[in-house]
Amino acid sequence: MGMTLAERILSRKAGREVRAGELVVVEVDQVMVVDSIAGSFFKRLAYLEATPRYPERVSIVIDHVAPAANLEVAKAQKEIREWGRKHGIRVFDVGRGVCHQVLIEEGLAQPGWIVVGSDSHSTTYGAVGAFGTGMGATDIALAAASGRTWFRVPESVKVTFRGRLPKGVTAKDAALEMVRLLTAEGATYMAVEIHLLDGAESLSRGERMTLANLTVEAGAKAGLVVPSGEILDLYRVPEWLYPDPDARYAREVEIDLSTLSPRVSVPFYVDNVQEVAAVRGKRVDQVFIGTCTNGRLEDLRAAAEVLKGKKVAPGVRLLVIPASSQVLEEATRDGTLLTLLEAGATIGTPGCGPCMGRHMGVLAPGEVCVSTSNRNFRGRMGAPDAEIYLASPRVAAASAVAGYIATPEDLASLPQEEAHA
Amino acid sequence: MPRVWKFGDHINTDDILPGKYAPFMVGEDRFHTFAFAHLRPEFAKEVRPGDILVFGRNAGLGSSREYAPEALRKLGIRAVIAKSYARIFFRNLVNLGIIPFESEEVVDALEDGDTVDLDLETGVLVRGGERFALRPPPPFLLEALREGSLLDYYKKYGHFPGE
Repeated sequence: MGMTLAERILSRKAGREVRAGELVVVEVDQVMVVDSIAGSFFKRLAYLEATPRYPERVSIVIDHVAPAANLEVAKAQKEIREWGRKHGIRVFDVGRGVCHQVLIEEGLAQPGWIVVGSDSHSTTYGAVGAFGTGMGATDIALAAASGRTWFRVPESVKVTFRGRLPKGVTAKDAALEMVRLLTAEGATYMAVEIHLLDGAESLSRGERMTLANLTVEAGAKAGLVVPSGEILDLYRVPEWLYPDPDARYAREVEIDLSTLSPRVSVPFYVDNVQEVAAVRGKRVDQVFIGTCTNGRLEDLRAAAEVLKGKKVAPGVRLLVIPASSQVLEEATRDGTLLTLLEAGATIGTPGCGPCMGRHMGVLAPGEVCVSTSNRNFRGRMGAPDAEIYLASPRVAAASAVAGYIATPEDLASLPQEEAHA
Repeated sequence: MPRVWKFGDHINTDDILPGKYAPFMVGEDRFHTFAFAHLRPEFAKEVRPGDILVFGRNAGLGSSREYAPEALRKLGIRAVIAKSYARIFFRNLVNLGIIPFESEEVVDALEDGDTVDLDLETGVLVRGGERFALRPPPPFLLEALREGSLLDYYKKYGHFPGE
């Protein structure tokens, strides 16, 4: 019987053939630590009386509250810098960007690697064929101290995307459709193995990151995109890094990209995915474009395309937070940023922004936010009754102009004064 | 006698500890006082050490924040019963020495506010004259839990259980 991609990577690492259900202890290639749990990470290493076994395999990213919002955070981030210097550990400081974007840009996630991160969206590394998975501070500290971690080899769900996205439909819509089909627990303990076929292999690295990122919202341990398209040009993909045609899957799902339309995930569950039409007209207070899901250059460009020559509706705040300093630089150079500013956007420091409700755009009671992020849980961005609607950068930008949830196509039918043209 | 605190399906780690109350934001000494701040604001004040948390399906989905179960541990929680768990939460519970029992039947049988007695090693749960058998944790986890947590195990032996 053939192997899934997850079985193949873990077998390679274990040095023997392993199958779904087995427990393995394997070496990890990169351990990623974020600022918000770094204090716990240091405490656990101190308890173990250990330091990272392979310092070059550890990265700390200051992104979850960057720059520091209060004294507690400032103290914690100071400790990170001092600790990094003392132990020779890479620290990506304020403004470098969201951890997952930074690791990809820095080449710290490579095809066939195992990357563990203290952030659930570490599944994102699957975009380049790395087995990326999120863990808590204890697991992360043990991985840093020992250079290893334990896994139950996961079963896999095979998700095949076929064809090409229609104009105006994005990888975010495809990712939300995937979560809707799988449900919030449909891939729990499993790897989601993503196959891109019949045109879908043209999806960029960034679009693949959006897909892999959202697999965790179906409960996935990893979201592995079978390398194809531009990944083969950007990376040295090991020849063994493919699933066998006769691999066994727990479930197989097919999504025809050409049939999709813009989607919105409606509070308070990510898998509560509907067509935009179901919530069109919902009044909006804030629009947030950014995060590890959709804060890349192509996302900012998609928003700018919608916003060009238009203005954000009165009373709506449009926050744009590039996923990294590199994205910010490129968006500045190519004029994307100016288009966004002219439309009335405000730009934040590259990082996680208000995604988990700590700073830079916390929602007040009763407020409604359209966000390109990945979670719309109750109270996630602030007040427990604030509502978060998850959508693509295009729908987010259009909603900012309309003042209510809308697609760019809806803007054409707005009366002139309502469109603030 | 320990009290049962019963919650529904799909309780996420933002419910258990909202991100704005992370130790990183409010300090190590008081973050646990915000456990279930949105969902059940009275919880952190009224919960007693040894109380049992009961969840429905997909318990602890979402963020990998270990400080969510850590807040529960600081409040004295040693066992959780759920119909099913999200995986990172499951690992975090074990790592903190909180036993994650799994049972559809027991979750359905228990009511919020019940007083029960639970033997953490054998999984025997008693409510009044009724007796329920929860499956004890698998050997890998039990070995770690016997030392306190996986961290304690690794500290003592320098390797993972079964390695």
